[in-house]
Amino acid sequence: MTSKTEKPVLLTIRGLRIEGRSEETWSEIVKGVDITLHKGEVLGLIGESGAGKSTIGLAAMGFARDGCRISGGTIDFDGIDLRKAPETERRGLRGKRIAYVAQSAAASFNPAHKLIDQYCEAPVQHGVMDRSEAEGDAVELYRRMRLPNPEEIGFRYPHQVSGGQLQRAMTAMAMACRPDLIIFDEPTTALDVTTQIEVLSAIRDIVAQFDTAAIYITHDLAVVAQMADKIKVLLKGDEVEEADTRTMLANPQQDYTKSLWAVRSYARPVQPPVTDATPVVSVKAVTAGYGAVDILKNINFDIHKRRTVAVVGESGSGKSTAARVITGLLSPRQGQVLFDGKALPPDYRNRSRDQLRQAQMIYQMADTALNPKLRLRDLIGRPAQMYLGLQGKALTERIRNLLELIELEPDQYIDRLPSELSGGQKQRIGIARALAAEPKFIICDEVTSALDQLVAEGILKLLDKLQSEFELAYMFITHDLATVKSIADEVVVMKDGRVVEQGPKPEMFQPPHDPYTELLLSSVPEMDPDWLTNLLNERKQKENS
Amino acid sequence: MSILINLFWVAVAVAVAMGAGWLFRAAAIALTKGATARMLRTAPVTAGFGMLVILIYVVVAIFAPLIAPFQEREVVGAQFMVWDSVHKLGTDNLGRDMLTRLIYAARNTVGIAFATTALAFVAGSVLGLLAATVGGWLDQVLSRIVDILMAIPALVFALLLLTIFGTSVLKMVLVIATIDATRVFRLARSVAQDIVVMDYIEAAKLRGEGLWRLITREILPNAMAPLVAEFGLRFCFVFLMISALSFLGLGVQPPTADWGSMVRENASLITFGDITPLLPAGAIALLTVAVNFVVDWMLHRASGLKE
Repeated sequence: MTSKTEKPVLLTIRGLRIEGRSEETWSEIVKGVDITLHKGEVLGLIGESGAGKSTIGLAAMGFARDGCRISGGTIDFDGIDLRKAPETERRGLRGKRIAYVAQSAAASFNPAHKLIDQYCEAPVQHGVMDRSEAEGDAVELYRRMRLPNPEEIGFRYPHQVSGGQLQRAMTAMAMACRPDLIIFDEPTTALDVTTQIEVLSAIRDIVAQFDTAAIYITHDLAVVAQMADKIKVLLKGDEVEEADTRTMLANPQQDYTKSLWAVRSYARPVQPPVTDATPVVSVKAVTAGYGAVDILKNINFDIHKRRTVAVVGESGSGKSTAARVITGLLSPRQGQVLFDGKALPPDYRNRSRDQLRQAQMIYQMADTALNPKLRLRDLIGRPAQMYLGLQGKALTERIRNLLELIELEPDQYIDRLPSELSGGQKQRIGIARALAAEPKFIICDEVTSALDQLVAEGILKLLDKLQSEFELAYMFITHDLATVKSIADEVVVMKDGRVVEQGPKPEMFQPPHDPYTELLLSSVPEMDPDWLTNLLNERKQKENS
Repeated sequence: MSILINLFWVAVAVAVAMGAGWLFRAAAIALTKGATARMLRTAPVTAGFGMLVILIYVVVAIFAPLIAPFQEREVVGAQFMVWDSVHKLGTDNLGRDMLTRLIYAARNTVGIAFATTALAFVAGSVLGLLAATVGGWLDQVLSRIVDILMAIPALVFALLLLTIFGTSVLKMVLVIATIDATRVFRLARSVAQDIVVMDYIEAAKLRGEGLWRLITREILPNAMAPLVAEFGLRFCFVFLMISALSFLGLGVQPPTADWGSMVRENASLITFGDITPLLPAGAIALLTVAVNFVVDWMLHRASGLKE
């Protein structure tokens, strides 16, 4: 690691200031950040959303998004001043010497062209290779990124390969001109843990092989610990601290950094198991699916009062479909859902108002779950008005009460629109709307996955507090095992529509495991910088033995 | 040389128009408060001009009897009199005062167009939202009927229906509203289809909300921006359609003043190089441009673009 700092400096950013435009005025979103990056070095940029990570990443290419402008500082890339260089010169660098890998590969590929056509575009355009050389090179890099069938995969369209493969194809594409610097903007955030490992190790190897410098942007500390040589922590456009990865992990200096580290350790005490009482919700031998395909195959699980059951699995494992069956959006082909021991009508349209009231749902994306044209008063007030018949003063009183429960100041927030709230606050409104119905059971569908860690922790604590206050039963759908560790009482592991393993949390995190649970558990990144290396070695040994 | 002079006058006219638009916008901002003023501040000068023109048309239409120097149907002089101090814009083919006719026509043409557009909108958007929300066979039936109606060219279809049912203002309003409602239906349906898949609609359904409340409270407010923008455009199309029908003799019937028929009645003057018959056409053009300026601004706001 230390050898890298002796190499020549590639990128120097001094006093970088970037302004963003909102409501006709310019406000500073990056406030004087310095970066020094040597050849072949990987810098991890971490921070919450709004910290300016992506903006800085783009600025390293001499680029500012629409509505943003670089207002101060210098950006020096290998002797070229990117702020003063003419646009043609900058364009010549982009894709050739500086490349960019975006968070969503699915959104970054043009769906109308084959992968290899998109791969060849940059090297041919920049005159690095001709078309046939570029195609040969693509196959070589696809092989190095460990994509299956490297000779053929390039001739597929983006929708014909999986998300993890697409992200690797994107990285291969960024490597096409063998750039000196790659900017990775949250490349694995949208992936499942098991897929994430493959992408991370492929990225790490290829960056090392070609001695490419990289800026790795993420909000996941455990991921950055695996990837970066040094870490810079950002908060609201300001640098908090920067240090060598190991030093930073072992000995963070600033309070803010420590608080980021501390999130991982939040855990609530496990509730004593309940076995005698009737479960609030009981899913009995449910088989369900769309069309002729069964998504769920003979699913069974119970959820008791005051307990949190975490349903874990990769995307496509049927977690959300299980929720749709319980809420009645999807009628099961076989089996039934019991509520307090009584069978619920399979279709929500046949359920009574009281049955609907008892089971509420909190969604993953608060942005799409709240009607953007309604004020908080109406959003939260409607269930209370509808189910409990509250009117006028009593209704306002109840809304204020609910806002206090979710820790928002009623006077300040009651007449706001969702667009006037932050991401975490919107999710709190989602919670308040569910609570307004005074339910017994709440389905939380990936409620924290769109949020920053500190904000997510606040939401988890709030849900925990509300559970003990109102004796709620939670079904917690998630793919994040860190969340499971912190709040679940029981865990249900799903794969391909089947329950692979289920039981109380302490047992689930103790071996022996079902092989799939084992894979899932071992794939959760840990803060140890050697974790990925060790894990890959371990898996290789297992395969050999 | 004369081309240059003409160009100069066009430039002066544009400058005056923009200046008036800017003044109107500044006055409107000064006279309003809070959210309205903030909204007006985002309006470009063109939108200011558009609003000013629309306001003038509305005032003229409402106060036509007070503003017009003569009666709508009164014969006041010889045919095709030239512009003078009494008859500011001369007289028409029957010796009626041209300015008076223009002012009354604002009332008839704009009023009828507005009523027609409103009717088309109520019918089209209610059915469109319903089709998107309920889906299934209702959507299929309504959409296929609309497809069939839209397959027939609008003007030909309108002429056909008016020939069958006869010409009266009410029938014309109904016929044009029906034809235009199909366009509104398509827009409302496609906008609503993007909205009904949102989580908040699912949440509302799971809450047990009824269809009416679902449409009016959850879907309509979110579909409003494109619908309002479409209202402006649709208004222009309806307006042109009425004028076209009147020009062909199937629209507003004489002696009621109407801009479309006024062009036709006085068309023979064009051969003498007189621009008077083009004034009603100019009135139509000016209103169309003004409405589109305002609509552009609204579309801009609705799409959330800042620049």
